Amino acid sequence: MNWRRDIVPPTALIAILIIGWYFVAKVSGLSSFILPTPLDVIQAGWETRALLLNAIGTTLLATGIGLVLALITGIGIAALVDFWPLAHRALYPILVVSQTIQILAIAPILIIWFGFGVTPTILIVVLFCFFPLAISTADGLTSSDPELIALLRAMGAKKWQIWRMVRMPSALPSFFSGLRLAVTYSVVAATIGEWVGGSPGLGLYMLKSKNALATDQVFVAMFITSLLSVGLFMLVYGIERLALPWYHSTQRTEQWDDLGIY
Amino acid sequence: MTTPRIELRHVSKTFSGIEHAVPALKDISFKVMPGEFVTIIGASGSGKSTLFNLCVGLLEPDEGEILIDGERPDNRAGMVGYMPQRDLLLPWRSVLDNVLIPLEIQGIPRRESRQRALEMLSHFGLETFEKEYPSALSGGMRQRAALLRTWLMGRSTLLLDEPFGALDALTRKELQNWLLKVWQEFGRTVMFITHDVEEAVYLADRVIVLSARPGEIKRELKIDLPRPRRQRMIAEPDFGKLVRELLTELGVDV
Repeated sequence: MNWRRDIVPPTALIAILIIGWYFVAKVSGLSSFILPTPLDVIQAGWETRALLLNAIGTTLLATGIGLVLALITGIGIAALVDFWPLAHRALYPILVVSQTIQILAIAPILIIWFGFGVTPTILIVVLFCFFPLAISTADGLTSSDPELIALLRAMGAKKWQIWRMVRMPSALPSFFSGLRLAVTYSVVAATIGEWVGGSPGLGLYMLKSKNALATDQVFVAMFITSLLSVGLFMLVYGIERLALPWYHSTQRTEQWDDLGIY
Repeated sequence: MTTPRIELRHVSKTFSGIEHAVPALKDISFKVMPGEFVTIIGASGSGKSTLFNLCVGLLEPDEGEILIDGERPDNRAGMVGYMPQRDLLLPWRSVLDNVLIPLEIQGIPRRESRQRALEMLSHFGLETFEKEYPSALSGGMRQRAALLRTWLMGRSTLLLDEPFGALDALTRKELQNWLLKVWQEFGRTVMFITHDVEEAVYLADRVIVLSARPGEIKRELKIDLPRPRRQRMIAEPDFGKLVRELLTELGVDV
């Protein structure tokens, strides 16, 4: 990553926005219930830090477990539809429909079934995240070059060898795109679950702050949720670059960088 | 009598198209003897690649039979070395790991297969490039890497499907000479598809001419030019005569 080219512009813009926000909040004279200043927000975060740290831990735990389960279901579904064309035809429409159902409608039902606590939150994370993973992995698996598969067959490769040597590696870039989407959704999904289901994470912190008209604390929770999402996104991106050096090879980018193609 | 490396007896293949059946090959019979270099030439659509796909076991003939080293195995996959038109190197593997693929398939321990590959790298002009990804290689080098991969299958017969088709004229000539050199040095049998008449004559002991669809053997032409071949032979009358004969056979030059 190029420091001056990639880091400075967004940081500068964010700084300008925060300063702008500060002045709007000051000049407009709005009460801090309506629009707290950035300083109010930082102060509110500091004052509730013990509570916040606990909340962050709870949310991250639910997010993490949810993501792992989503990975298992997502990859499982992708492998199933790949091995078994009938499952592909039968499952695909249901998968798409499953994403059109309002999570906010499902959440109360999950609470009725599983009670208040961390389970419904985890399930909501899974519901949000398995879909991009399943679709991207399934697409990735079908993207492998049929001529490559033919070549390996002509060399006498067994089906599982073709899977290991060609199909899985060629599915990885697509899988990682799905994973980046999934982790970005995951934290927000967890806070929604907590908001509705009352497990003591950032979602509940947000709900309680809202009820107490502590707008500054709502902002705190909002920013921390974003930061966690961005952090997870960057973590996955880092893992991706380590796992797929050939896909992110410097030659590939440098060659085209100067032409402005990227 | 020596057993042919590859023998086709009355092989026919028809593809079921969307509207009507497309005959690809009709009654093909020929033998390729050990150590021979045979080129196959024909217009596009004459079923050259289909012929190879049959030999390597990706397809089954509708009629006729295919013998490899005098035997008629149920599954021909892995019995002859095969190199398709595109280099088909795996972008996520280094050059070394790419050429090791056939040995990995055969279940040969990594240390031993590495040893074998490293010995051959210099013959293929790939030493010092073994750790690079294919994307860092030039077209000619990618083609050599693909050929080394085929080579390391360890089969005595190599089927090369237009391996130099996508290369520029100079690189192509360079690789032709190099291929002849490794072929003579290691004494393998080669079947080589091309649509370039000059290339067909230059490389071969024998040229098989296929007709347009459905592909039938129109002519077998023995090439009695001395070996080792030299690029300057192309300008000599004997060479010109053979090229002219093939062009006429292909209907390009009347």
